[in-house]
Amino acid sequence: MSDVTAPFVPAAPARRSSARGESLSVRIALISVSLAFLLLFLALPLASVFVEAGAKGWEAYRAAITEPDAQAAIRLTLLVAAIAVPFNIVVGIAAAWAIAKFEFRGKNLLISMIDLPFSVSPVISGLVFVLLFGAQGYFGPWLQAHDIKIIFALPGLILATIFVTFPFVARELIPHMQSLGTADEEAALTLGASPWRVFFRVTLPNVKWSLFYGVLLCNARAMGEFGAVAVVSGKIRGLTNTMPLHIEILYNEYMGAAAFAVASLLAGLALVTLALKTLLEWRFGDEIAASRRH
Amino acid sequence: MSVAVTIETIEKRFENFPALRGVSLDIQPGELVALLGPSGSGKTTLLRLIAGLEQADRGRVLFGETDTHDLSLRERRIGFVFQHYALFKTMNVADNIAFGPRSRPHRERAGESEIRKRVSELLELVQLQGLEKRYPSQLSGGQRQRVALARALAIEPRVLLLDEPFGALDARVRKDLRGWLRELHGRTGHTTVFVTHDQEEALELADRVAILNDGRIEQVGSADDVYDHPATPFVCEFLGEANKLPVKVVGSQAFFGDRPVLGGITQNQGGPASLYVRPQHLRIVDETPLALPGTVEHLRRNGPLRRAEVAVEGLKKRLDVDLASQVAPAIGERVRLRITHGNLFAAA
Repeated sequence: MSDVTAPFVPAAPARRSSARGESLSVRIALISVSLAFLLLFLALPLASVFVEAGAKGWEAYRAAITEPDAQAAIRLTLLVAAIAVPFNIVVGIAAAWAIAKFEFRGKNLLISMIDLPFSVSPVISGLVFVLLFGAQGYFGPWLQAHDIKIIFALPGLILATIFVTFPFVARELIPHMQSLGTADEEAALTLGASPWRVFFRVTLPNVKWSLFYGVLLCNARAMGEFGAVAVVSGKIRGLTNTMPLHIEILYNEYMGAAAFAVASLLAGLALVTLALKTLLEWRFGDEIAASRRH
Repeated sequence: MSVAVTIETIEKRFENFPALRGVSLDIQPGELVALLGPSGSGKTTLLRLIAGLEQADRGRVLFGETDTHDLSLRERRIGFVFQHYALFKTMNVADNIAFGPRSRPHRERAGESEIRKRVSELLELVQLQGLEKRYPSQLSGGQRQRVALARALAIEPRVLLLDEPFGALDARVRKDLRGWLRELHGRTGHTTVFVTHDQEEALELADRVAILNDGRIEQVGSADDVYDHPATPFVCEFLGEANKLPVKVVGSQAFFGDRPVLGGITQNQGGPASLYVRPQHLRIVDETPLALPGTVEHLRRNGPLRRAEVAVEGLKKRLDVDLASQVAPAIGERVRLRITHGNLFAAA
């Protein structure tokens, strides 16, 4: 064997700016395609919502969102989200915990089931509940006999919203919890912590940022859901109309400015969600990165 | 505070894989014991069983006179240091160490000022004063290791268990921590069991070494015991290097082919056997009645040692020979080897 090893010197290709070798023109092209797409399909429509909303002036805008039916729709939307989101947080955490920390039969089936609401059309998600609880549904006669209203009432709206928004929290948590493993929990248990203390002091803090993202997305969708809610709502003004449904009715009645005024509230919610997420990433970026690392 | 740990005929299966098959081990109070073995030998499973993180299918683990089967993890009072430390990422160093004392049931819990005093004592013990407010992600590997140790010591454990304590550290830090841990054990005197796959680490650190293979304990003994008097071929090969020679024992002599290579055998075992000889127990000699002729084919340097690879007729693998003198043979030179010490095992 020779003592001298010749250093490996690769022939440097001309005008390559990085080791991966994309040339400048490729990079510019990729960046401008993405930017153009975002501008055309996201920024422009969003901006037009706000422009249309203000088209008839401030007074008209205020009237559109303070009118009783609009107020009822806003209240209903907030109420539905206030029930559906906490429910999905609890169930989502339970499902993620079970999948990430235990081995059991049917685990893969459960994981696919969690994705189901994403792969099914929202209209069908709504129809399922009509089929179950509607007047002609399986439980319809029994419910009527006991004077319980689910379809065309608040319970139906909540059920449909829960169904459609269920995956958000669970899907954020599962991969994160899986990557964390169970060593932290075992350590806490050997140190003498009770299971509740382990959960609230170790497990939950470890995944708090994933949980927070999941909740943000879940909330945005819960407030914005249209399809499933439209089927079970019956669209009774002032009673079972959520904001998205109210917007559609206004629009169909050629009250464009009023429709866009209410729509701007929903769009505003999306922007607030985005801003909150960015703010937190900027403010707690190191901590988020640290808690996501192994 | 330290207790004896008695392990009685433990059996443990995972699915269809037998991890431990009848393991027994007595550990004295205050003893430092290493569980040494290759991966898959069951050493980590045994450690987790002592901790109560796994349940045995059969057999018992006793702390002193107490059967641990009915004890909860809290009641066992185990100080467990995980391989990757499992520090709580969202808590700073002080809160990590205080987690155990703060987890006591309300009646037994010490006051907050007392806990804080204990934390600073422990930080001093592991030489990490001033790092109270750091988060685990801001510490080096060696520092994390010491925080994990302080956290485990904070509950005043009856037994300290360490899973590959130096596995995730680089070679230099590893050496430093080894000496430091030995010293710490001398000062605190906890009954300590640690798992390692590094034989050097086990031999240097432990009072006694238990060598595991395939779910069984092959041998338990002091470093000198297991190194100089291996009970099985596995122990001999696992602890350091060994050349293996197929021999035949007749009377008090071992024959390689028809050539006598080792005399003075008192073990009463005639017939075919395997002779294990460590590289330092082969010497190049001028003339001796019990010698093995061979040809030097390769010369290597391994740190302070020079080593020759000698081909012997009738043997597929070349023999590793440590060179004691500065005068090395030349490649291609014919030499004669004398075996100064060897371990005989009946051929399987």
